[in-house]
Amino acid sequence: MSATTSIEQRGSVNYLNCDYSLKSWLITLDHKRIGLLYLIAILIFFLIGGSMALLIRYELLTPQGDFLLSDTYNKTFTMHGVTLIFFFLIPSIPAVLGNFLLPLMLGAKDVAFPRLNLLSWYVFMAGAVLGTIALVSGGVDTGWTFYTPLSSTFAHGAVVLAVSAAFVAGFSSIMTGVNFIVTIHMMRAPGLTWSRLPLFVWAHYATSLIQVLGTPVIAITLFLVGVERVAKIGIFDPNLGGDPVLFQHLFWFYSHPAVYIMILPGMGVISEVIACFARRRIFGYDFVAYSSLAIAVLGFFVWGHHMFVSGQSMYAGMVFSVITFLVAIPSAIKIFNWTATLYKGSIHLAAPMLFALSFMGLFTIGGLTGLFLASMAMDIHLHDTYFVVAHFHYVMVGGQIIAFLAGIHFWWPKMTGRMYPEGMGKLSALVTFIGFNLTFMPQFILGYMGMPRRYHSYPEEWQVLHVLSSAGASILASGFILTIGYLIWSLWYGDKASANPWGAKGLEWQTPSPPPTENFATKPVVTEEAYHYTPELREEEKEYEHV
Amino acid sequence: MSDAHVSDTHLPVAHQFEDEDQQFKSYSLGMWVFLAQELLFFGGLFTAFIVYRHMYLDAFVAAHHKLDWTLGALNTTILLTSSLTMALGVRASIMNRWRATIGWLIATCVLAFGFMAVKYVEYSSKFEHHLWPGGDFQFNVEGVDAGGAQIFFGLYFVMTGLHGLHVLIGILIMAWLAVRVYRMRNQVTDYIPIELAGLYWHFVDLVWIFLFPMLYLVG
Amino acid sequence: MKGIPFFPEQASKVAPEVDLIYYVLTALTVFFSIGVFAAILYFIVKYRAGSKADRSRPPSHNMPLELTWSVIPLLMSLVVFGWSAKLFIEMQKPIPSRDALEIIVIGKQWMWHLQHPTGQRENNTLHIPVGRPVKLTMISQDVLHSFYVPAFRVKQDVLPGRYTTLWFEATKTGTYHLFCAEYCGTKHAEMIGTVTVLSEEGYETWLEETQWGIRAAQRTESLAEQGAKLFTRLECSGCHSPGSTSGPPLAGMFGTQRALSDGRFVTADEGYIRDSIREPQKMILSGWEDKDGMPPYPTIDEQQILQLIAYIRSLKELPTASTPPLSDEAEG
Repeated sequence: MSATTSIEQRGSVNYLNCDYSLKSWLITLDHKRIGLLYLIAILIFFLIGGSMALLIRYELLTPQGDFLLSDTYNKTFTMHGVTLIFFFLIPSIPAVLGNFLLPLMLGAKDVAFPRLNLLSWYVFMAGAVLGTIALVSGGVDTGWTFYTPLSSTFAHGAVVLAVSAAFVAGFSSIMTGVNFIVTIHMMRAPGLTWSRLPLFVWAHYATSLIQVLGTPVIAITLFLVGVERVAKIGIFDPNLGGDPVLFQHLFWFYSHPAVYIMILPGMGVISEVIACFARRRIFGYDFVAYSSLAIAVLGFFVWGHHMFVSGQSMYAGMVFSVITFLVAIPSAIKIFNWTATLYKGSIHLAAPMLFALSFMGLFTIGGLTGLFLASMAMDIHLHDTYFVVAHFHYVMVGGQIIAFLAGIHFWWPKMTGRMYPEGMGKLSALVTFIGFNLTFMPQFILGYMGMPRRYHSYPEEWQVLHVLSSAGASILASGFILTIGYLIWSLWYGDKASANPWGAKGLEWQTPSPPPTENFATKPVVTEEAYHYTPELREEEKEYEHV
Repeated sequence: MSDAHVSDTHLPVAHQFEDEDQQFKSYSLGMWVFLAQELLFFGGLFTAFIVYRHMYLDAFVAAHHKLDWTLGALNTTILLTSSLTMALGVRASIMNRWRATIGWLIATCVLAFGFMAVKYVEYSSKFEHHLWPGGDFQFNVEGVDAGGAQIFFGLYFVMTGLHGLHVLIGILIMAWLAVRVYRMRNQVTDYIPIELAGLYWHFVDLVWIFLFPMLYLVG
Repeated sequence: MKGIPFFPEQASKVAPEVDLIYYVLTALTVFFSIGVFAAILYFIVKYRAGSKADRSRPPSHNMPLELTWSVIPLLMSLVVFGWSAKLFIEMQKPIPSRDALEIIVIGKQWMWHLQHPTGQRENNTLHIPVGRPVKLTMISQDVLHSFYVPAFRVKQDVLPGRYTTLWFEATKTGTYHLFCAEYCGTKHAEMIGTVTVLSEEGYETWLEETQWGIRAAQRTESLAEQGAKLFTRLECSGCHSPGSTSGPPLAGMFGTQRALSDGRFVTADEGYIRDSIREPQKMILSGWEDKDGMPPYPTIDEQQILQLIAYIRSLKELPTASTPPLSDEAEG
């Protein structure tokens, strides 16, 4: 793309060094700084939620349930789910990378509503504080799904606080969604038509639609749970005349689309990374772009597949099942198109690319095992077992977290102006891939054996598989810790990054690293399609070779 | 509003926007997307209401007779009128008439307070008759399941309460806008926020247009 | 790998077909994963940066190819959908049989309480005969639970306030895990038990052995007999005896269509009887509007309701008010 900005690094004023005061960060309206504020916040919650995962895996080393009390165990997995879903996965790519990159990719100075953007961070933090208070003031033992009437009547602990935390954090997600939709519609640089948008932007557009249309429903549902618990108004509790299955409908109406909030942005990242390191335009751009929208739309009509055994009508179940099979198709298309992108490419196996390839493998398994659960007869057996646990971890961790790592490595030079240590990056991609598979592959088998989820103890014959899984978890954890470690190290000791260390296309690479506060010295004009890479080895690739 | 665009007056443009037009369109789109979100927010409650009405038809019919439809109709009239005054306020702001703008904004605020006053009367009578769900709830109608009636009143209070909260927020926004217009009376009236507040206010009105027949009328 | 179990036992009629779907899906998963992995590996070796591979005229898209790899998975998944939906419907339907064993299940935090039609009660264990269809009628006293027997490949949520049913037929004797699969609070992981499948004779023997209560002085009464006692004790018989004008008679009512005063028709199933006991005003029978309504019985527990239902089902002939006779069928 022929933006007129100079790509030379002048050591000039950028968004990071323009003002070092704490206050300048706390009242910043700069989308790049807000992205970093989110990054710091979610890193904390990743560490909290991740350490709970380790506690869970440590407990499950032995069948007896002798490390934690059952009540403590239940609170641990509840807060593991609540923290990692509401305070890590949902904001992970959109609020960090999306915030940082969307205006840059669109050639804009900022998002459409910078104040709303900052407000969304404060609202998120308010929710996070409520969640933390819920955690330290006794915890919650309902599971992240807050199923009624357990949550509304029977559970002890800080249910209302935890529900409020998710409720408040939901509004931050809505604000981000509104902001992105308007930004993508209105803030594109001259010449940047919809068909020229990077696929990262398409994915975020689809994500934002879900955030805006799905989140309010979970908000009101959780609100009703709180009201029921506090005011004893019977809405979901059958003893008060309510219907617990209605809660499940309302809950999954949001929470299934929310799964796509947690994977679509990851798919956007993968498209960018694969195009860059294969030096190819994404194969079948249109299919990949529209498949994101198809996932977002179809994703709103599959919620009932969480309820095949809950006593909903058989025919409703069949409709939900068939749509669930349909929603798998756009995901399959993406995988095939990414693979085809490698064909006749010029492939560099830099760390972001390794993470992206790892994503493709893990997501393929995660997606296909989803079909087991979409098959009704099969789901009767697998519902609420470790098979489900393994399946969604393949999508959430193997998908979104690995994609997040791919994206963080890919744009790290842009965000920080420093290169991460490449060897370490490759090692981390390898360790996380091995650790991940070792953790969750045994859980598929456990699930088929019939191990129910959320069990604090289990029959002895399954110990071997649990030990394997726990061993994998410790490898995975060391992979994550290694990554966090060298990324922080690189902030001080990493090599200085050039404006475009990967020789990548896309407007964000046409401004210095890190970018100046106003993003571009002069307004970029777009004259080419996205990913205008050529297969021949070119100058910029030589440049890449020696980085 | 189109005449405002062709006029040669200029409003301040925020740094992230290229021009007034982009800014205006962005704000409008943002408001519409926000309202779509609001629709889904109330949508969950409407769904719950419809499901429970189906489950407890008799109780819901009996319970809705306890609501005073005349007060509901009065409130409908008040809100519809306030939508009109709001529309007139938006028009005045586009025509750059700050006095009229402030006048209509205040009129809208007054009507909104009227709405809340009627709500207060309604709520207090429900409290007096022990229709607030919970331990104290009393509902004795022959052949009617009190549990269903309790759900009706639970949803009634949640729905009208949330709607009332929206009205209160509307009052704050309009009061703030009136002050803002007065402070900037020497400049071209910045009609964009007023127009957006207008959209919001019409939406609040619209929600009530659904709530009123659903709660008070359909028997 | 000897110590690692891979498959649960196949001990029910549906288990082999569920496993067949599992094998087919696993094969598809392996096929596509290996396909994608292999293609990725092949490409990254062949087209590694600097390799001499032919990169001329790379395709930017290829509509026929893309449609192919959209439509083929679509067709495959529709086949799997149809197959598993068909099996699902079979699993939901009652197993046609004249001698299905009907057992009642009550889930509560944190135990399973079961009762046989012949009156034997069990906690967290269930004894059933092999080769005979079993129907569970289940309800929860508190939160959601889920009755799960992996060896049978069956699972059904157990809800408060509403009956759910589960059908299965065991094909192999042995003892199998019973789990609560729906998270139900603190001791969820302890809401477990066993299902013991006995031979037909073994079950008969078991019934014999458990026929006598703890004090061994009194034969366990059947479910319907317990219901009959309750029927008298709660004075239901005062209004619901034959010929009574103050309440509708109940004999032969089970399973019929009942006309309600508001014009609706409902099938008199377990749920209908339960609702009619708990909240009699909700469904008033057509023709009985002007009678004094039946008072609700909110304190009667789930177990008692199920006993009353068993008794009412057993009423095929007109009972006399004083000693309600039992039909033979309820004993089976």
